[in-house]
Amino acid sequence: MLELQNIKKVFYPGTVNEKVALCDLNLTLEDGDFVTVIGGNGAGKSTMQNIISGVFRPDEGRVLIDGIDVTSLPEYKRAKYLGRVFQDPSMGTAADMQIEENLALAHRRGKHRTLRPGITKKEREEYRKLLEELGLGLENRMSAKVGLLSGGQRQALTLLMASLSCPKLLLLDEHTAALDPKTAVKVLEITDRIVKENHLTTLMITHNMRDAIAYGNRLIMLHEGRIIIDVSGEEKKGLTVEDLLALFTKASGSVFASDRAILSK
Amino acid sequence: MEFLSALPGTVAQGLIWGIMAIGVYITYKILDIADLTVDGSICTGAAVCTMLIVNGSPVWLAMLLATLAGVLAGMLTGALHILLGIPAILSGILTQLILWSVNLKIMGKANQALSARKYDVLLSQMEIGPALVVLALCVVLLVVLLYLFFGTELGAGIRATGINPAMSRAQGIHTDVTKLIGLALSNGIVAFAGALLCQYQGYSDISMGRGAVVIGLAAVVIGEAVISKLPQNFALRLSGVIIGAVIYYIVYQIIVLIGLDTDLLKMFSAIVVAVFLGIPYLKGKVVARFGIRKGGKKNA
Repeated sequence: MLELQNIKKVFYPGTVNEKVALCDLNLTLEDGDFVTVIGGNGAGKSTMQNIISGVFRPDEGRVLIDGIDVTSLPEYKRAKYLGRVFQDPSMGTAADMQIEENLALAHRRGKHRTLRPGITKKEREEYRKLLEELGLGLENRMSAKVGLLSGGQRQALTLLMASLSCPKLLLLDEHTAALDPKTAVKVLEITDRIVKENHLTTLMITHNMRDAIAYGNRLIMLHEGRIIIDVSGEEKKGLTVEDLLALFTKASGSVFASDRAILSK
Repeated sequence: MEFLSALPGTVAQGLIWGIMAIGVYITYKILDIADLTVDGSICTGAAVCTMLIVNGSPVWLAMLLATLAGVLAGMLTGALHILLGIPAILSGILTQLILWSVNLKIMGKANQALSARKYDVLLSQMEIGPALVVLALCVVLLVVLLYLFFGTELGAGIRATGINPAMSRAQGIHTDVTKLIGLALSNGIVAFAGALLCQYQGYSDISMGRGAVVIGLAAVVIGEAVISKLPQNFALRLSGVIIGAVIYYIVYQIIVLIGLDTDLLKMFSAIVVAVFLGIPYLKGKVVARFGIRKGGKKNA
């Protein structure tokens, strides 16, 4: 479903600030995979997401989605294959537009935008049902501005938007990191349900090792722009945070350096 | 008494500049771009309309082509911004300067008369009643069309671009194109206002657009203040802009009548806009400092 082939990305090349963000990264996701991604600060997690979604182009290598080479496709064109949720709850929605308008925008992802109505009556009914399933009471506030919602509600809405029009790949970039622990659990539950119901191939970056172990069928850890740990299936299920830290020390020869990840275990 | 007799003319001026201010609203409020093209494109609309009518074109064709000239001016600003990566505000200034020369070339000199006695025009200040009817129809039509347009898939895409460009791209919206369409639409409306203005006042003048963007912003901020207590909807917000422009011209009229120095008017306009734009910022600072929100709740 997703293939990253020999991806290399260097920021500020040739300067004192030169930073190799990704170095010969190879990753293949099968249809229906739910892969969690962890890594310390500056490991290349976000760069990888941004290269998949087309915010940056890689210096070398190719990005294939469903067999199609999208390496040189601009972000807005690539959007039809992708559903994205960002770390900052205000990033994924248009605050000054209504809940239903945001859903309608997402529903038209990958389609030509014409002078037809921006939202139809039939869509409203559909959205009402989908919002009901979130269990947050948003189905009664469909014409409220998204800016009035809490961070958790906004992330849940963004997830719903990302799952509309069946993306080939769902990209979650630390989408619970800005939420309080209780809300984060709720949003993760919603994530898991939406992924399962729609059989979405998913790449979830997280700073929380326990979440990375608890969710998905495969876990990868990035370090200095490379994948240093890649576990799946039964091996992943039996993993503990201590195992993961030990694996990291063995693979990288250093101690895991992310305050957030350590503190939140 | 003098004020009342001047009132219909004042309202007519307010309606014309209100149409122009709706163009400013589209860029400033919807697209979140401060577009300074308008100072030039209002004159472009007037110049094209005047010259075509003087040379025997029917008035509807002259107004259509004037509007298209504004659309092109907006697209030029958009192209400078998008293709060359020049900041939007500077792109507008560059186009404005280009238009100064273009407008002089269109008119052949700094001003051109368009007498309602000699030519068949749509409206004139010499017949204020019919002029007001024409302008009221134009305003209603414009508000309805824009209300419908911004409710379409494309219109919603333009609104989303102004609110959150990163999210818009993630939803597959080509934000360069939506910005370009917004700028073209805005300046088309501004040029249309210019075409109305030259007919109404009976001439075009190279400096008729000087400070137009400030008048537009004044209308937007006054309009917002007027409708702030009403339930918000897009058509109402557009109407607020028109009301804002009419209020602006009524205040202008009062200043003229009580004999204040009209040379100072542009300065006062700029101060009014600065104050209105500054209020939300200062409010935010007060809240941050004292932790007090409207309604007296403590912000923990």
